[in-house]
Amino acid sequence: MNYNLANLLRQGVAGHRGWPAAWRAPEPKPRYEVVIIGGGGHGLATAYYLAREHGITDVAVLEKGWIGGGNTGRNTTNVRSDYMFPESARMYDLALRLYEGLGRDLDFNIMLSQRGWLTLIHDQHQLETARHKANWLNCNGVDGEIIGPERVREMLPLLNVDDDPRFDVKGAFLQKRGGTIRHDAVAWGYARAADRLGADIIQNCAVEGFDFEDDHIAALRTSRGRIEVGRVGMAVAGHSSVLTEMAGFRLPITSHCLQAMVSEPVRPLLDHVVISPGTGVYINQTQKGELVMGGVLDRYSSYGQRGTFPTIEKVATAAVEMFPALSELRLMRHWAGIVDISPDSSPILGATPVPNLFINCGWGTGGFKAIPAGGFLLSHQLATDRPHEMATAFGLDRFRENRLVDEGAAAGIAH
Amino acid sequence: MLTITCPYCHEERSEEELTFGGEAAVIRPAVPETVSDEQWAEYLYFRDNRKGEQAEQWCCSGGCGQWFKVVRDTVGHEVFCAVPYDHVLASGYAA
Repeated sequence: MNYNLANLLRQGVAGHRGWPAAWRAPEPKPRYEVVIIGGGGHGLATAYYLAREHGITDVAVLEKGWIGGGNTGRNTTNVRSDYMFPESARMYDLALRLYEGLGRDLDFNIMLSQRGWLTLIHDQHQLETARHKANWLNCNGVDGEIIGPERVREMLPLLNVDDDPRFDVKGAFLQKRGGTIRHDAVAWGYARAADRLGADIIQNCAVEGFDFEDDHIAALRTSRGRIEVGRVGMAVAGHSSVLTEMAGFRLPITSHCLQAMVSEPVRPLLDHVVISPGTGVYINQTQKGELVMGGVLDRYSSYGQRGTFPTIEKVATAAVEMFPALSELRLMRHWAGIVDISPDSSPILGATPVPNLFINCGWGTGGFKAIPAGGFLLSHQLATDRPHEMATAFGLDRFRENRLVDEGAAAGIAH
Repeated sequence: MLTITCPYCHEERSEEELTFGGEAAVIRPAVPETVSDEQWAEYLYFRDNRKGEQAEQWCCSGGCGQWFKVVRDTVGHEVFCAVPYDHVLASGYAA
């Protein structure tokens, strides 16, 4: 059932007790042509594009918990595409362009708000780096510009610029198409659309092992039984190494905890998404009025999906440093996701040492903004047995061939 | 918060006073010229990245400055042992 005015009225009159589930809860079949491990944004998008772009619907998405309960539901909902190298620029801009049309594609309001992404510039070095990046973006056909301190003050009236701030603001890098999205809606929208096209979404189904036939995966052993399979796609972010260990190989990935937190809701006071490389904090106001903020990732490897007090302290003090008015607010919630950090801060896409297992991982702290591209590119690989030409630069083989796509600088924050 | 007692200065340090140095088994080949490209890539990039007990290198950077080895649960952050760098860990832990 679609969420339109007629249905809203009908269900409202009936006391909202008649809304059907947005997707089925099928029992797993004994065999699928394609099984996707991971029911987050990337996995669900893969199932959707497999059906829509390639007509492959004999597909299951296996999720060990609930749909969107991993990093898709644990981020700060920001989207942007200000990445530097041509390979990355094309891929992240594909993601943003797909997001721009996604509400219509899925007939599901993802609440995309392109309110502008601002990276503050605090010193001459950052100014030069930002100019360099803006030039790269323009060469790659992606929008991005440098604005002066007066314009920053206009856009962010509550920013601490007068009271002898620790980090002076010399200007900002602005990507107007950057902004925020309702993160759950991305998971739910893709899930509903993939389900309607025939994919089985199976929740509470953890993969416990692989049965091999020669060098191929013949079946997956899961908490809901054995499932035979033709090809396997994997999109499990921070848990990628755990699954590939079962498949017999290692990845150039370390898992880290990335934390974020949200204040109580208040009236609109911050119209854009802001990141400060000086304080290491990024912050925006949700459409409900809460201030969402996050900082750098925890420096030691971790699979613990919960936050720590040192990070709360760092993020909260930095947010107050930037916007002194926020000192009045109380924090409401605090959460953490496990991100998959690759050596060059670029994703790992495509073939693995196991001929019928394909991966989508290594997005690190930028997985949410890349969901449509990650799904689109993995579905192409699963359907055609070849990487999409946008994905060839991001193969696992690049680490042995020394072809890194070093986007560390473009992440805009020190991780 | 993660805390570890440094095996050199015997002070209990919080994560703010420590520096994580990666997995204990990752050690630069002594004579890089003699290893294959494959082995060099393994050393540089590829990791076990264990969920659960993992042997690691840490530095008491806010204290005595010594590097040491730790066996830690990467989920609950329980520290099972913290020993001097030249200490041989129990079997099952590389290096």
